[in-house]
Amino acid sequence: MSVQEGTAHRPWVDKVLTVNGWLIFAFLYLPILILVIYSFSDSKVVGIWGGFTWKWYNRMIHNPEMMGALWNSAKVAFISTIISTVLGTLAALALDRYRRWLGKGAFDVIMYLPVIIPEVTMGAMLLIWFTQILPVNLSLTTIILGHIAFSASFVTIVVRARLANLDDSLEEAAADLYANRWTTFRRITLPLIMPGVMGGALLALTLSLDDVVITEFVQGPGASLLPVYVFGLIRRQVTPEINAVSTLMLALSMMLVFISLAFQARSISKSKNKEA
Amino acid sequence: MTMLDERPSEEANPELERKAERAESWRGFFTALPTYLYLVVFFVLPLIIITVISFAERSRTGKPVLGEWTLDWWIKLGDPLVRSVVFRSVWLAFLNTLLSLLLGYPFAYWIATRKSALMRNFLLVLVLIPFWSNFLVRTYAWRTLLDSNGLVTKVGEMTGLWGKMLFTEPAVFLGLLYGYLPFMVLPLYAAIEHLDWNLVEAARDLYADARKAFIKVTLPLSKPGIIAGSILVFIPSLGAYVTPDLLGGSKTTLLGNYIVTQFKSGRNWPFGAALSVTILAIMMVATIIYFRKGGKTL
Repeated sequence: MSVQEGTAHRPWVDKVLTVNGWLIFAFLYLPILILVIYSFSDSKVVGIWGGFTWKWYNRMIHNPEMMGALWNSAKVAFISTIISTVLGTLAALALDRYRRWLGKGAFDVIMYLPVIIPEVTMGAMLLIWFTQILPVNLSLTTIILGHIAFSASFVTIVVRARLANLDDSLEEAAADLYANRWTTFRRITLPLIMPGVMGGALLALTLSLDDVVITEFVQGPGASLLPVYVFGLIRRQVTPEINAVSTLMLALSMMLVFISLAFQARSISKSKNKEA
Repeated sequence: MTMLDERPSEEANPELERKAERAESWRGFFTALPTYLYLVVFFVLPLIIITVISFAERSRTGKPVLGEWTLDWWIKLGDPLVRSVVFRSVWLAFLNTLLSLLLGYPFAYWIATRKSALMRNFLLVLVLIPFWSNFLVRTYAWRTLLDSNGLVTKVGEMTGLWGKMLFTEPAVFLGLLYGYLPFMVLPLYAAIEHLDWNLVEAARDLYADARKAFIKVTLPLSKPGIIAGSILVFIPSLGAYVTPDLLGGSKTTLLGNYIVTQFKSGRNWPFGAALSVTILAIMMVATIIYFRKGGKTL
C-alpha cells in the first residue's frame, strides 16, 4: 500500500499542515534570501538598500587575505576528504564484511564517538594533544589531522549503511569463479558501494568546508580557513563584503547538494535498470 | 559449489576450517587497522589526556603543568557563575530540542504524506539545501536581521511587539532553532516515510478515530526518527559556540563560548579541560536517559 491511502485526513487537517509547512519553509529561506539580496546593495550598512552593485564581490576577489583563506580551505578540504574517505571505507568494510576480529567490539564504539562528541570538546582535546603532548607546531597539517578525526566516522556510517543493504551473493559468485580477493573487491564490491563512498566523501567535504570550532582550536598563526576568517570579520564589523563571501559559500553548498542528488539519482536508476 | 563436495571436506578437515576462519578474522583486523590506529592517536589518547589535564595545576600562561595535581578545577564547577552557564546551556539545548520537535514533526509529516512522489522529492530537496548550507553563513543571516537596521527589528518596531533582539537570549535561541531545525526534520521524514501505513489503516478499520490512530500507531512507529532527530539537535545545541558568539552578549554566555574563552583570553587550560569533559558527560547522560525513557513512554 502506498503512503496516501493510509493518510486520509480531514481536509482542515491537511490545510493546517500545508500552511504550517510553507511557513516553516519561509522561516528557513527568507533569512538566506535577504542575505543574498544585500550582497548586491550599494550601501555600507547591511539592511539599507543603496541600489545594485557588484562592488562587494569585486572587493572580495581583490582581498588577498580572503583569497588566501579560500585557497587554504580548498587544500584542507581536498586532502582531508580523500584520507577520511579511504579510512572510513576501510573501517566500514572491516565492520560489515568480517564477522569477528580482534578488538572489533571496542572499535565499533570508538568509531561512533567522534560523531556524537561536542565539537568544542573535540577541539580542546586536539589542541592539548598537539601543543602539550606531541612536539608539533599548529599549522594547516594539524587542521587536516583534526578534520580527518571527525569526518572519517561520518564516512563509515554512510558506507556501512550501503553495505548493509547489499546482498553478498555477487561477491560469493565471483569467489566461486576463482576471482581472487583483490579482483572481487575491485570489480564487484567497490562498484556496488561506490554511491555510498561518494556520498560519504561529499559529507566529509561539506563538514571540512563548514568547520569553524575545531579549526579555530588547532589552527596555526597566520594560516586560517575561510569560515574562521569570515567568523573573525563578522565579530569585528558587519559589512556587505561578508554578504558577498557568504553568498559564494552558499552557492558552493548548493552545488554540493545537487552533485550528491545527481549521484543518488544515478545509482537509483542503475539499480532499476538491473531489475527490469 | 554443491553440497556434496563441500561436506566431506568439512568433516575430514575441521582443522583447515578453523585455520581459514582465523585467517579471515586477521584480514578483518588488518582492514580496520589504519583507521583503528588513526582514531587511537587522534581521538582516544587526546580524550584520555584532556581528562588527565583537568586535574593539572595551571602555569602563569594558563597552560597545564604536568606533574602537579589539583582538584581545584572540578571544585570550580560548583561556582554560582559556572553553574549558571551550565544550567543556561542545558536549558536552551533542551528547549531547542523540544521546539524543533514540535515544529518539525508536523512539517516532516506533511512532506512525507504528499500524494505525488515528485512533490515529496521536491520538498525534500528544499529541506536538504538548508541542511547542507554553511552553518556560519546561516547564523550570520540572523545577525543582520536582528540588528538595528535589520528587517526583524523594523517589523518589531512597526508593530510595537519587540525591539532590537541582537545580543539577547531570545536571539541566541532563535539562532539555535534556525540552525538545527533541519537536523530534526530529516530523520523524522525518513521515519514517517518508511512507516507501515497498513497498520494505520488497520487501526482505522477497527474504528479508531484519526487522533487515536495517530497517537497509538503513527507516533510510536516514528519513534526512531524522534530519537535520532532529538539527539542530532540536542548535542550541537549544548556545545553551541558560533551561535551564542555572534547573536548573544556577555550575559548569554553558553558552555561552548565559555570553554573557548578558557583556552584563549581566559588563560586557564585545565579548567577548560574540566568543562570540556563535563559537557561530554552531560551529553552522554542525556542521551542514555533519552534512550531509556523513550523506550518506555513511546
